[in-house]
Amino acid sequence: MTALLTVEGLTKAYPGVVANDDVSFAIAPGEVHALLGENGAGKSTLVKMIYGLVRPDAGRMRLRDTPYTPSEPRAARASGVAMVFQHFSLFDALDVAENIALGMENPPPQRQLARRIREVSEAYGLPLDPDRLVGELSAGERQRVEIIRCLLQDPKLLIMDEPTSVLTPQEVQILFETLRKLAAEGTAILYISHKLEEIRALCDNATILRLGKVVATCDPREKSAAELAEMMVGTKLTPPERESAAPGEVVLDVSGLSMKSANPFGTTLKNVHFRVRAGEVLGIGGVAGNGQDELLAALSGESRVEPDAIRLKGADVGQLGPNARRRLGLLCAPEERLGHAAAPDMSLTENAILTGVIREDLAARGFLRWGAAQGFARRIVERFDVRTPGVGHAARSLSGGNLQKFVIGREVLQRPEVLVVNQPTWGVDASAAAAIRQALLDLASTGTAVICISQDLDELMEISDQFAALNEGRLSAPRPARGLSIEEIGLMMGGAHDMEVADAV
Amino acid sequence: MDLSAINPLVLVASLMVAATPILLAAIGELVVEKAGVLNLGVEGMMITGAICGFATAVETGSPLLGFLAAFAGGAALSLVFGVLTQVFLSNQVATGLALTLFGLGLSSLMGQGYTGIKPPPTARIEIPVLADLPVVGRILFQHDWVVYASLLLVAGVWAFLRYTRAGLVLRAVGESHDAAHALGYKVVRIRILAILFGGACAGLGGAYISLVRVPQWTDGMTSGAGWIALAIVVFASWKAPRVLLGAYLFGGVAVLQLNLQAAGIAIPVEYLSMAPYLITILVLVIMSADRSRAALNAPASLGRSFHASS
Amino acid sequence: MIRLEKRPEPSRFWTAVTPVLAVLTTMIAGGVLFAMLGKDPLESIRTIFWDPLFNAQFADFARPQLLVKAGPLILIALGLSLGFRAGIWNIGAEGQYIAGAICGAGVALAFYPLDSWIVFPLMVLAGALGGWAWGMIPALLKIRFGTNEILVSLMLVYVAEQFLASMSLGLLRNPEGHGFPGSRNLQEYPAAANTEIIAGTGMHWGVMTAFLAVIAAYVLLNRHILGFHIRLAGQSPRAARFAGVSPPLLVAFCLGTSGALAGLAGLFEVAGPAGQISIDFNVGYGFTAIIVAFLGRLHPVGILLAGLLMALTYIGGELAQFMLGLPAAAIQAFQGMLLFFLLGFDVFSNYRVRRVTSEVA
Repeated sequence: MTALLTVEGLTKAYPGVVANDDVSFAIAPGEVHALLGENGAGKSTLVKMIYGLVRPDAGRMRLRDTPYTPSEPRAARASGVAMVFQHFSLFDALDVAENIALGMENPPPQRQLARRIREVSEAYGLPLDPDRLVGELSAGERQRVEIIRCLLQDPKLLIMDEPTSVLTPQEVQILFETLRKLAAEGTAILYISHKLEEIRALCDNATILRLGKVVATCDPREKSAAELAEMMVGTKLTPPERESAAPGEVVLDVSGLSMKSANPFGTTLKNVHFRVRAGEVLGIGGVAGNGQDELLAALSGESRVEPDAIRLKGADVGQLGPNARRRLGLLCAPEERLGHAAAPDMSLTENAILTGVIREDLAARGFLRWGAAQGFARRIVERFDVRTPGVGHAARSLSGGNLQKFVIGREVLQRPEVLVVNQPTWGVDASAAAAIRQALLDLASTGTAVICISQDLDELMEISDQFAALNEGRLSAPRPARGLSIEEIGLMMGGAHDMEVADAV
Repeated sequence: MDLSAINPLVLVASLMVAATPILLAAIGELVVEKAGVLNLGVEGMMITGAICGFATAVETGSPLLGFLAAFAGGAALSLVFGVLTQVFLSNQVATGLALTLFGLGLSSLMGQGYTGIKPPPTARIEIPVLADLPVVGRILFQHDWVVYASLLLVAGVWAFLRYTRAGLVLRAVGESHDAAHALGYKVVRIRILAILFGGACAGLGGAYISLVRVPQWTDGMTSGAGWIALAIVVFASWKAPRVLLGAYLFGGVAVLQLNLQAAGIAIPVEYLSMAPYLITILVLVIMSADRSRAALNAPASLGRSFHASS
Repeated sequence: MIRLEKRPEPSRFWTAVTPVLAVLTTMIAGGVLFAMLGKDPLESIRTIFWDPLFNAQFADFARPQLLVKAGPLILIALGLSLGFRAGIWNIGAEGQYIAGAICGAGVALAFYPLDSWIVFPLMVLAGALGGWAWGMIPALLKIRFGTNEILVSLMLVYVAEQFLASMSLGLLRNPEGHGFPGSRNLQEYPAAANTEIIAGTGMHWGVMTAFLAVIAAYVLLNRHILGFHIRLAGQSPRAARFAGVSPPLLVAFCLGTSGALAGLAGLFEVAGPAGQISIDFNVGYGFTAIIVAFLGRLHPVGILLAGLLMALTYIGGELAQFMLGLPAAAIQAFQGMLLFFLLGFDVFSNYRVRRVTSEVA
């Protein structure tokens, strides 16, 4: 079979890092080709070059045997290359049809477009109302907007960037059906992921990237997940260990927690109940945008709720602000590192003050003790192996993994009674992720109650004692994590949402 | 006091004149803000337009050339803002303030020697047939051409934003510049074009003050009209037809207080002169009180700098 | 092609160098502007920046004026800088300045002709309170209704100006002034006069207060948790809420403090250099202070230096007007230009300029 797209020797360097170094591979029509690699391996840069967002420093691409040099996404789309983004390509305040029109070269008039959207969405089992505002859609529905936007242009090559991170296991199955159908019709699919089982289930070929270089090309169905992981990471990873201890008293008791989101497109929390015991890890799963940020805000004190909705060791804390809760031992680490958990332009010392000022006693009568703050920042850097030339450097100069280690370390070192983390290893390289998970387990073994909100089910299964899932602002009843099947987890996350309905039609 | 001296017909007719400068500036700023840019320099661009238009009209004897010069002058000043904020990534609030401070100084410098002169009159257009209608004809159909042009401009902006693809792209850029960039739209170029349009409209608005409304040149003669235009965009929740409503409302307040002053009402002149500003504050409070709605309508990227990181 | 690339962290070097670079560039651009007005550019620049300080003929008069003009600018700019750092934009300092002056002068005139040491402290208090109250209007509206403080504080300038006119024509008018607008001259009322602390230097109580405020602001921003929170809120509002900062408190503090400082500046001006409440009492210090705050990099010591420099352009501008016939408006345009160049050069603090061969779309 002749290749649809061949990539030869693509190289792209940014200051201080070679994002892609002599990358070559080929995709045939109808092939589902995986691009596998951990965060920072260069997958995004590679697909941005194929989609015309970034120009390579060196190397060539050929599409259907003719030179292919897209100068901008518009040119890529005109050549039949479409892309479903992981982030950043939808407009909340515009409706579905407008969003789709923006991604097309020559969109038909709105009314005709709306009809086409309905047709395509039914044909592929992806129900979507063209008149709804995108900001009101769930994460899965938003992805459908992107997919339909691509399908309407009849692409020859469809690039999908981490598409399943926003789906429940059941929805993933439905998406795979759609993709297989497309492949059978002759569309080539470039599938970017770091999830090994998915790639083994879906893809015909895999190109594995590590530190910007192609380290292997293989048929993923012939390799085990462990073999793929080793190729991707370069070393054997040891799963985190924990000493099992009998859980202690209930430390955090959340009951009847309801809260409207501060964000106009946010999710309202509805009657959330759970308890966490000392030394226990509660994993909270769920697809993005089902109330994770709101739950964290309610627990951290950034949003106030009814006093007795949150009880910490028997005391009502729902009405307290973040610092009052910190004083009582309830600490949090939000998902967004830059701008929420840490201030990008401030030094690590200043970022240590940000949450440490109360429990680490970094201020006397309001006056900052810079020496003590520096000492605290240095302790975090040493204990958690944060790679930085010094604590005087700005937070944004650190890599994602290092900053995340700093953020988690900052809370862990304050010896919390309860620690709540949201997406602790999002966008972090494998070794940093392993270190962070180990730190959470070690903390639990010293008697801290840990709540880990995450969209990475593998991570949750690895560290949780109890598991619950958020779905449209409701939390399922927590169940022991051991022995849960992927189907059960998927149902707790809301199953296939309304996509089942589409299948029945 | 003699309230009977206030003729409602004249009041409504002069309301349209009083509202036109603010209307022009506000509709321009609406487009700028829809593209996600907050240009607080409207006052500076208006006053620059006022003197450019005035000087040109006096020198050439043609009000039309005056308005063209105001159009160009406002756009030229806004280009400074556009380059600073879009290319040099400066803070939009600070740069807008700088634009106003600079514009006030520049205009006063350019206006040396133009004080106390009368500009050539701007042509009135009496729309045939309609102008002869009783009552309504005099109120609505006997104005100068700029009044009609400003109304056409509002309609044009409304249709542009609502029905054209370019309008959709502009709104998309204001909503999320990162997403628009990922889809391949030229965020910086689009924003600079919007800023130029806003500057040109503000310039026209300023010239209308110096050439028609007053008509003469004095330093700082826009006296806050640019800021009121900014407030009207908020009042209008970023919708073109409501800009029209807002501007005419303020025109009404301004004309009414002037008429009350002339009629010799028992309230001191100073307090009447405060009225437009106090009412602006009141309206802002009412509009912002409904927070969720205000947040929904404001362009999500308003005032944020864009730098393509990839 | 040239392309901007974000630095991993802000460059300290460029942060310090940009104001100097901006001043130099403005001098060049100003020279061009003056040349276009038909003046000798070099002579104009020398008259503005050199003669007030070092020309024996003018220095005796001009040097004290430097402190007199810099005092209010520094005082107001310090207050504004707190808010600007926190992302709270008070641009109505001119109105707060007027409110402080009216309240302070009002107290003095109420006590007239009582000769007691208590009068002046009470005036200071009233001036600060007046400015504070005027500044708290946009603060409360922002806290309660989320109203944009930029527009409200600015609208209140126009309201304050009308109020000033009404006061100088009405309530506060000098009963012995033969019907002329304007209040009694406080310079002629010893208990209320803001006199020079050291004669012949221009160092009056307001300048003293400005210097003390520089120290207080420095300590607040660098040593105190509140200053830390102000900086944090400006850089990352979300991180600030996570750190337990209450946005309403911060809004009230920043707008209230900057209002009070502007009010003080107004009081010291009306009781000192200006002497009386009159229709044209305010001369735009509240707006020029915005330039001072940015030129000083929102840093207290920077503001001190920037305030002195900006005062110099005022005095030098007057001198150039007198000596060379340079229009007063030219100086205003010159000051505005300075802010443009500063904002433009600022890009180098956070970005690096790179030449690239293949451009990124």
